Amino acid sequence: MRDLSLHILDIAENSIEARAARIEIRLEENSDLGLLILEIIDDGVGMDEEMANRALDPFVTTKTTRRFGLGLPLLDQAARAANGRLTLESKPGGGTRVRAVFELGHIDLKPLGDIAQTLATLIMGHPEVDIIYQHKVDRSKYALDTREIKAQLAGLPIESPEVISVLKKNIKEGLDQLRRENEPRQSH
Amino acid sequence: MPKLTLEELAKIREKTKRLTTIREGGEYRAKVCVHMGTCGIAAGARSIMNALMKELEERALGDVLLTNSGCAGLCSREPMATVEVAGQAPVKYVDLTEKKIKEIFEKHVLGGRIVTEYALGIGSEKTDF
Repeated sequence: MRDLSLHILDIAENSIEARAARIEIRLEENSDLGLLILEIIDDGVGMDEEMANRALDPFVTTKTTRRFGLGLPLLDQAARAANGRLTLESKPGGGTRVRAVFELGHIDLKPLGDIAQTLATLIMGHPEVDIIYQHKVDRSKYALDTREIKAQLAGLPIESPEVISVLKKNIKEGLDQLRRENEPRQSH
Repeated sequence: MPKLTLEELAKIREKTKRLTTIREGGEYRAKVCVHMGTCGIAAGARSIMNALMKELEERALGDVLLTNSGCAGLCSREPMATVEVAGQAPVKYVDLTEKKIKEIFEKHVLGGRIVTEYALGIGSEKTDF
């Protein structure tokens, strides 16, 4: 995976496979702690302890189409490369929480990538699933909640190409603004 | 939180009015499914999805269903997409690029002609014999 936005898409697709109705994606860039924290929380079917313990093993999958499951191991590897780690909490019927922590500014930290494309792909591909995205950069925050957008649309399908296009623009602008608000005041 | 402005909302409403009636009737001209497993994503499936979303938007099409699914078990041939034109057998396309999917969209989704040179197999998804 080239960047974190692709990992996010991949893990969220796992949630959809696990029949989640709601997926929360939280990103926090915390310069006080020097950490980038990524959490993906779903209300899908979850895993028992044994499966959760084995989920980071690339030779384990719930799928029957092939014998490998690489999504979580790849994110684990990306976190480790940036001096971080991945933790997994899950219980049967209780959803799954994936948490990956990275050292902010680490030379091997993957770039964030195109979050707008990832969210648009998820919304377009699975309009029935609620996506809640929250992105914090220190004290600034951007949030998107498809439940609120659906309410505003009052029955119009969220997966309409026009809506997707407006949302994509909105996400891009929101994240650009987040970046601008947190630009260092002095350059050196 | 992104607030859709009233202006944006009105515009969207106007544009989608015609399209939603088709959707409510459940009749699609075609369905396109991009395979979005780990293998697909690593090979570029998101850019295929994005190219398709652009086509739908630019052509203002509401009767083409665009969705995604997981790994189909042919990871080495990703990115892959399945195109199913109403009344015809689904076709799986493999080793996609943005250029190829645009061509497939024009020829197969809109024109009903299968692009055989990019297809893996025809009708391979039917299991209900």
